[in-house]
Amino acid sequence: MAFKKLAEYYPDFIVERDEKECNLCGRCIRECSYEVYEYDEKKKRIITHHERCVGCHRCEVFCPQRAIVIRRNPSQFRENELWTPWYIKNIYKQADTGGVLLTGMGNPQRYPIYWDKMLLDASQVTNPSIDPLREPMELRTFIGRKPDALEIEEKDGHFSLKTKISPQLQLEYPIMFAAMSYGAINLNAHIALARAATELGIYYNTGEGGLHRSLYQYGKNTIVQVASGRFGVHTDYLNAGAAIEIKIGQGAKPGIGGHLPGEKVNAEISITRMIPEGSDALSPAPHHDIYSIEDLRQLIFALKEATNYEKPVGVKIAAVHNSAAIASGMVRAGADFIVLDGFRGGTGAAPTMIRDNVGIPIELALAAVDQRLRDEGIRNQASIIVSGGIRCSADVVKAIALGADAVYIGTAALIAMGCTMCQRCYRGKCAWGIATNDPKLAKRLDPDVAAQRLINLIKGWGHEIKEMLGGMGINALESLRGNREKLRGVGLNEVELEILGIKPAGR
Amino acid sequence: MEMREINAKGIYYRDLNQIIRAAIKEGEREFILKNVNGQRYIVAGVNVPIKMEIYGTPGQDLGAFMKGPYVRVHGNAQDGVGNTMDEGKIVIEGSAGDVVGYAMRGGKIYIRGDVGYRVGIHMKAFKEKVPVIIIGGKAGDFLGEYMAGGIIILLGMFSAIADKPLTGICLGTGMHGGVIYIRGQVSPHLLGKGLSPCELTEEDRQILHTHLSDYCHELQLDLEEILQGDFCKVVPVTHRPYGNLYAY
Repeated sequence: MAFKKLAEYYPDFIVERDEKECNLCGRCIRECSYEVYEYDEKKKRIITHHERCVGCHRCEVFCPQRAIVIRRNPSQFRENELWTPWYIKNIYKQADTGGVLLTGMGNPQRYPIYWDKMLLDASQVTNPSIDPLREPMELRTFIGRKPDALEIEEKDGHFSLKTKISPQLQLEYPIMFAAMSYGAINLNAHIALARAATELGIYYNTGEGGLHRSLYQYGKNTIVQVASGRFGVHTDYLNAGAAIEIKIGQGAKPGIGGHLPGEKVNAEISITRMIPEGSDALSPAPHHDIYSIEDLRQLIFALKEATNYEKPVGVKIAAVHNSAAIASGMVRAGADFIVLDGFRGGTGAAPTMIRDNVGIPIELALAAVDQRLRDEGIRNQASIIVSGGIRCSADVVKAIALGADAVYIGTAALIAMGCTMCQRCYRGKCAWGIATNDPKLAKRLDPDVAAQRLINLIKGWGHEIKEMLGGMGINALESLRGNREKLRGVGLNEVELEILGIKPAGR
Repeated sequence: MEMREINAKGIYYRDLNQIIRAAIKEGEREFILKNVNGQRYIVAGVNVPIKMEIYGTPGQDLGAFMKGPYVRVHGNAQDGVGNTMDEGKIVIEGSAGDVVGYAMRGGKIYIRGDVGYRVGIHMKAFKEKVPVIIIGGKAGDFLGEYMAGGIIILLGMFSAIADKPLTGICLGTGMHGGVIYIRGQVSPHLLGKGLSPCELTEEDRQILHTHLSDYCHELQLDLEEILQGDFCKVVPVTHRPYGNLYAY
């Protein structure tokens, strides 16, 4: 038998070093947190442990001589459509350890991407298009319960609103930063998200790991999350944010709980989550006080009571087969906004089989939920926020045309901060200093730089959204919401078109 | 300010809680609620040390998220007592329903009688904040499931359900912190996977004495009589129950 783990014989990546260029400065050794490199004193050269490389490209970017290239390992198993290297290597790993396959980020497998099968409309000749550089263009979005009707009062020729409006979040862009817990990502990343959200007039979500003391100052632009583990949930926390989100599920791992491994629970995280250092932070799969829609209503109103009905309270679920019926229940339970997280949604850690095989595409879930709530006449009672695989501004526009009020971006925000999607967040060794609590690595993420990059991204998307709206002859995002006439499908079958509620291109 | 008495008869829960919140804002610190009949969320989210005497049966989520109040129920309570409670004390002279002290992080809940299912799930402790639940009667299934910290004491003495066992199934399942003390014997098949009842140390006896003294003081019970019983305790096997679950 092999003397080491079988999986280690078949590296995913090969590090190519240009020996002519390399001057043995050792930068790669210092940059790589996965210990791919080692300096051999005797031979005066750098040894490479290819099997440890996760493909994060940190060394490649930081090599002053540009002497390193990371490539997919060209050595392959014999061609087999069924038994791809992915399955073979996974079996080796499990036969080596007997464990559950763990991974990070969202579902990367080859499932349909409906964003890429929908195209947007534009004005030609009639209903002229609008140039957003010349004319005002409204992206402002309000999240929260809207009244069934508005009552206006007249007093001495002055008109005022008589209807009492439920608490709302005001967004300057229809985009927010998705829930990523302090623990899964570090404080520098949270600072960056908080500052960027504040500057942009949008919101970031704490995730389920509580709120670090130093971030209470950004409360106006914070959505605080309450998940099954109730980590760091107390009255100050609930009152700190502008809204509260109950997390029932997440797209990357519908139906299962969260698990922050003890290795990641350092002193600061221990204080924020209020659990001992080094202890596993387990979020049970269900909230054990929620076994029904009635129970959900109880928690929604407990939170509203605890915060004096001053904040919108929302509920997040993973997009699953019967999301539409559940969403109806959530709205009737009193949720002011509902969050649907599609199967492409990211995570700091999830069992691979769950991430890759559970849930449904967000595009279909969104269309089904929006339609259901309209059919039942309750669409105005809650805003819909979608997340899970929003990659660009066009995805945002398509989501809004399908019926979303706003989107959450998590993965895209991490990429803006430097993430290279190596999917190893669960290791806690993120070489880019994002998904790690190791102080030496976390230092690599400068919160000011990261915040600016997030601001740049959203501003860029904002311009693009305005251009697309203008092209359709629309000058306010509100006019696009649920306006599926602006979408056409390509390469979709009749059932898919029916669920999406759109016509095929050409019709 | 003197004690504020409110007749809760026929008042909708939202209005009742609004009255209480407004009075607290005005500086009122002591309340008596009469004729309470199922009103939910009483004292929920209150973070000042008020005193609240409740006559009747408060509804779901009594004292949820509360930080500091002292609450006494002269009667029974429903589900969700002290849900995610932070600090303070809730004393129930009768029995309570399901999910008492869910994810509780501090403070004390004393119940004279029985409790329902899923009590003390995911309680957690941190430094000086150690939540305590004491149950004078019996408990349903899943007592202390996912428990991450804190203390549960189950006496089985003042129960209204004589024919039921001391506790239901799956006691302490997934427990990775804290301790459950039980007066009397608990059959191992009722415990979560890997757990077994073990003997008390001198330190445990000290802890029991401290908490039960206060419990007996609050509920006018005989400490001697309670301590005469044989106690065992259930503690987690590891604080990293899933440490070796994964293939990296």
